[in-house]
Amino acid sequence: MSVPTEQVIGRLADQRPGGGPPLDETRVPSRWGVVLRRFLGRRLALAGLVVLAGLFVLAFVGPYLTPWTYTDKDYAAFLSGPSADHWFGTTQTGGDVYALTVRGMQKSLIIGLLVALFSTGLAAIVGSFAGYFGGWVDRTLMWMVELLLVLPAFLLVAILSPLFRGRTWLLFVVLLAAFLWMVTARIVRGMTISLREREYVLAARYMGLSGPRIIFRHILPNISSLLIIDATLNVSAAIIAETGLSYFGFGVQPPDVSLGTLIADGTTSAVTFPWLFGFAAGLLVLIVLSVNLVGDGLRDALDPTSGA
Amino acid sequence: MTPAADPLVAVRGLSVTFPDRTGDVRAVRDVDYDLARGEVLGIVGESGSGKSAAALAVMGLLPAGARVEGSVRLDGEELIGLEDRALSRLRGRRIAMVFQDPLSALTPVYRIGQQVAEAVQAHNRLSRDEARSRAVELLELVGIAGARERAGAFPHELSGGMRQRVMIAMAIANDPDVLIADEPTTALDVTIQAQVLEVLRTAREATGAAMIVITHDLGVVAGFADRVAVMYAGRLVEQGGVDDVYERPRMPYTMGLLGSIPRVDESGRRPLVPIEGAPPSPAHLPPGCPFAPRCPLVFERCHEEEPALAAVGGRPQLAACHRAAEIEAGGLAPEEVYEVRSSAPAPGAERRNGRPQVLRTEDLVKHHPLLRGAVFKRQVGTVRAVDGISLTVGEGETLGLVGESGCGKTTALLEILELTRPQGGRVVVLGRDTAELDARERRALRREVQVVFQDPLASLDPRLPVSDVLAEPLRTHGVARERVEERVRELVRLVGLEHQHLSRYPQHFSGGQRQRIAIARALALEPKLVVLDEPVSALDVSIRAGVVNLLEELRERLGLSYLFVAHDLSVVRHVSDRVAVMYLGRLVEVGDVDRLYGGPAHPYTQALLSAIPVPDPRKERTRARILLPGDLPSPAEVPGGCRFHTRCPKFAALDAERRRRCLEEEPELRAVGPGQEAACHYAERLAVV
Repeated sequence: MSVPTEQVIGRLADQRPGGGPPLDETRVPSRWGVVLRRFLGRRLALAGLVVLAGLFVLAFVGPYLTPWTYTDKDYAAFLSGPSADHWFGTTQTGGDVYALTVRGMQKSLIIGLLVALFSTGLAAIVGSFAGYFGGWVDRTLMWMVELLLVLPAFLLVAILSPLFRGRTWLLFVVLLAAFLWMVTARIVRGMTISLREREYVLAARYMGLSGPRIIFRHILPNISSLLIIDATLNVSAAIIAETGLSYFGFGVQPPDVSLGTLIADGTTSAVTFPWLFGFAAGLLVLIVLSVNLVGDGLRDALDPTSGA
Repeated sequence: MTPAADPLVAVRGLSVTFPDRTGDVRAVRDVDYDLARGEVLGIVGESGSGKSAAALAVMGLLPAGARVEGSVRLDGEELIGLEDRALSRLRGRRIAMVFQDPLSALTPVYRIGQQVAEAVQAHNRLSRDEARSRAVELLELVGIAGARERAGAFPHELSGGMRQRVMIAMAIANDPDVLIADEPTTALDVTIQAQVLEVLRTAREATGAAMIVITHDLGVVAGFADRVAVMYAGRLVEQGGVDDVYERPRMPYTMGLLGSIPRVDESGRRPLVPIEGAPPSPAHLPPGCPFAPRCPLVFERCHEEEPALAAVGGRPQLAACHRAAEIEAGGLAPEEVYEVRSSAPAPGAERRNGRPQVLRTEDLVKHHPLLRGAVFKRQVGTVRAVDGISLTVGEGETLGLVGESGCGKTTALLEILELTRPQGGRVVVLGRDTAELDARERRALRREVQVVFQDPLASLDPRLPVSDVLAEPLRTHGVARERVEERVRELVRLVGLEHQHLSRYPQHFSGGQRQRIAIARALALEPKLVVLDEPVSALDVSIRAGVVNLLEELRERLGLSYLFVAHDLSVVRHVSDRVAVMYLGRLVEVGDVDRLYGGPAHPYTQALLSAIPVPDPRKERTRARILLPGDLPSPAEVPGGCRFHTRCPKFAALDAERRRRCLEEEPELRAVGPGQEAACHYAERLAVV
């Protein structure tokens, strides 16, 4: 839209310091303002957000809605199906499946989301710094990544587990995240190397922007699609991986439960006593689904090529 | 040159539609033209005007989803609706095509000789040896030296110009009646373009074929075509003999196109005539005349009814405009149709005397090591990308830096923009030597030196809305928040965009608008020097003029200095005060713009200027071209002595005694008159445009 230059000059001549009133009424929109507006315009993403919030409410308010706690045993009902008394039925030892499930969900929600956030964040930072700066930064970071890739995770956990026994389960989140990020970091590095040569990155450099700020402002947003997909996949991966690690005697230990342990215990009776397996698995699917919807919405909001 | 009674090719009512979810894209609409035997028809249009689709439809090469209607007759035989098998017999034998991108049009895994031989065998029963020797003949015909040996080369071993020659050899292999060249020279440098056009002329003489040349460059067809047809939004809007159309355009779009191109043969700062707006999307054509939204002569009828091509002025010239008769009667010139603001007085060379220097480089050097080996890297050579260039830019001055691709101009510019100690030589910006800056001072100096890149889409972060693109330099340099908002609004108005554009992303804009955003970003910090790296070469012709005018405008208003890097010498002549010509990492000639264009003294500059086609058919037919042999040597193997001697026409004409000097001694820049220096031992001024 080429405007004749005399018009431009005319307008500039009119302009008083501080700007003319009609043009100033609308604010200059900022990047995150625009992204938020685009995100809120997506119905599915909002639905995902609502479901996710609902799951949190269920996990943390749910235990107060039933007289049973997750440690209680009802010796009058072993392996009974869902009823008014036990909404989700009972286990072999008479535990209330509803109470167990909501208790498990507390852990799993937080583990899943935190691990995804940690591992993807770590991958993004390590990969982009290695790719952007190159040279010895690249070599050192990639050496670390490769070391972690070749070390068998189970072995490491087995060695470290006595150290962590009895510590806070947040440590467990860190440990889980530490084994999930390496492949993504390598992909991020590759993408960063190709983005580094782009003219807009050059332009930012010649503008005087520092390396880390270029990474956070220009490089990471441009690979956000990958990062978001990676994070959403990591949510379910973490929830499942947590069960595996529980065998090694840390993380979530009996009598405490997580969705992972519930599913693992329930799989054998998935057909015969479906309530043992079905509710926990269904909630896991719901968590992953809602996280995916939110992730898709976020990706579309960040990506200007996706219409709207 | 009127169309003969029975034209070789008769196109009637040709329409091409690409069905699409969001609505049909009508790429070509109701196109009629004739092509007589041996005639050259130029089809001119901007990108998206449907010119290529129209040609591909003739060849039956459109993708399967395309709907083609109308009639194309070759010697009376209908081609539309013909089966692919039947068309295959015609393709290559009767109609042949030269594509734009010779790299993707040749199969990378076969030797070029095989590919040409295959084209020969496709329509002739020849033995392998016969086909091969015919291929070598053809390669000789298109000017490939040592054709017998070169026939064994793979496409990637050839330069762009050479590959285009191979394409032409394949096209004429079966002596076709019609040769369609789709942007045959767009991807090539000017000196190579001149070579390829010469080859096309030879090819035409050898085969006597009629030709359709499709291009966006009005200069290319001026000297080459007999008739020209202008395409806009899928339709032909003007058609006629080249002389008629160029001298008496009767459709405002053609007028705008002719007025919007800077000319290498015109001095002075004639402001260009920009056509407002951008071409309509073929999926959403406005009702009535598609050019109406951009037309200065628009009136009610234009919005209601699309004008048909009609004869004007009793000549064999057709124009699709409701007001063509008025234009004809009034004899209106483009400047009268498009109101042109009279430009500010031309800033002459005298302005720079006594002005402080904004940028100075002294013997700037940038070499890259050439490494081999996967594990143990060893240096096998040096790429001498920039090999000692010294230039100055004064305050308020524009220095044009020109050269063909691969001459090192972009490397030189990036080296300057780094603002660090260069590999060799000195860079002085605003009186400060960049080698002596610490990190803080360097950052402060970045405020004063900003850059605009060639491709505005690549240089704007696709994930940032325009407001953030413009605010970024301000925030980076710690401008207060309220001031940032205010400045962003100022900038948007400064480059002629609207305030509501701020929340959109770069991809929502047309090419010209994006370049305006990039310019606004460069100006955000009120720099003293703006480095422009081919700022208009990625833009369509009609949009270019607006951006060029804006740049000139801003320079005068804000007292900017420009370092304008480009390969398009016409644009450089238009915007520059002084020009520096670069060849293989060194400057070969520097001078005031009118001195240098009026009488270039270095043989390379002479060849470069003479290679540029001028959009003036009469002048173009009488101009003598200085054709350079061969391609630009690799900067890894710079010839000794004068580095131009391998291609120099002057060197070729010298006797052995005088040649020795060129072979042994590298010439320095020496004055050849007031305000002009050339690096040639035997420099002589010569008028070529």
